[in-house]
Amino acid sequence: MAPRDLAHLSDEAVVALVARSDDTALAELYDRYGRVAYGLARRIVRDEALAQDAVQEAFLAVWRTAGRFVPERAKASTWILTLVHRRAVDLVRREERRRAESLELAPEPTTSAADDDAWLRLRRERVQAALRQLPDPQREALELAYYGGFTQSELAERLGQPIGTIKSRMFGGLTRLRELLGEESWEASRSTS
Amino acid sequence: MGSLSIHELTAAYALDALDAEEAREYERHLAGCERCRSELAELSEGAAALAFGVEAPAPPDALRERILDHARSERANVVPLRPRWTRAAKVATAIAAAAAVVLAISTASLLRSLDSERSARERADRAVAVLSDPDAQRVPLQGGHGVLVTGMRGSALVIRDLDRAPAGMTYEAWVIENGRPIPAGTFDGGPDTTVHRLDRPVPPGSQVAVTVERDGGVDAPTGEILMSAKVA
Repeated sequence: MAPRDLAHLSDEAVVALVARSDDTALAELYDRYGRVAYGLARRIVRDEALAQDAVQEAFLAVWRTAGRFVPERAKASTWILTLVHRRAVDLVRREERRRAESLELAPEPTTSAADDDAWLRLRRERVQAALRQLPDPQREALELAYYGGFTQSELAERLGQPIGTIKSRMFGGLTRLRELLGEESWEASRSTS
Repeated sequence: MGSLSIHELTAAYALDALDAEEAREYERHLAGCERCRSELAELSEGAAALAFGVEAPAPPDALRERILDHARSERANVVPLRPRWTRAAKVATAIAAAAAVVLAISTASLLRSLDSERSARERADRAVAVLSDPDAQRVPLQGGHGVLVTGMRGSALVIRDLDRAPAGMTYEAWVIENGRPIPAGTFDGGPDTTVHRLDRPVPPGSQVAVTVERDGGVDAPTGEILMSAKVA
């Protein structure tokens, strides 16, 4: 197959091509989201080899199940990152060694400016700013659950709170985060980069 | 866990914060609960946003190649579509994926409409470019099931359930600017979803309208406006 430029297609259109076993479309999705996927997996599993495994398994799941993706239900990027997150959390829960160290989310190694991507940096700053606007208990619940891979029961125990409290912090935090980030401005931030 | 409280697990599920047994129970519930499916869709957007909140160094180049190699080796087991169909199918799925959000069009329906227009391949390609532009404005049509898509790559009407134009007649699109209608191409409608790329620019503040006219189209509208959309 002749190389084609898929850059003008929406994520959802590229997923539709992946569903037809088009490997150039899979490469396009990887080029769009592989970096974020790897950053996320690395944050959760805290190990580069395991992070690569999580990303690989997630993109192969994209390849196998793209035909079942329903664009009315979710953005393609949400679907892909959900798969990455789930693989990474599965891996880290099997690796007990993470448990000791990760309650305090250690500051991450900073990426050098030359190695950073302007669009990703912009999005990262926006997400971090939105997180800072959440009440501390909500932010803590989201960070420990999403980046730490803790279950709600583990969180309840660690934080010494009833499970109902943990649930409502996660619900309140996610809802507020989505409001703060706002659908429309997301897309705008992408198109201007 | 009682069924009253299971709705409350949606946020934890979106964050992958349920243990394996809780997750399975929630998934069984999800299959029959539209309210939870809809709430999960929203909360998952919030969760996925968190993925963008971490430092993202470039992964090793070898990872990309490894993923693509694995994918290709799996594909070897898949029977390919007949080549004649492949391209039209790709075009149709690309359009369907781009337009489905607003219209819920079936791929099969678009595939038929594009296949029957094989001679108009180039037109279809331009329509794909218009419809797949993530930054295009999408305005629902008043008076019909459809949407006007307009952006930097041009404009197109996507209309569903449009009866075929009566014998000797055709649908004609108009761009109305400062009260002056300018012809923007004709189309026939029919059982499949109509994708009509407007052959002229649609400036901000203008209106796009559709009338029925005699075959071949006319220079100024005579019929009443069936459908219209105003561009912001």
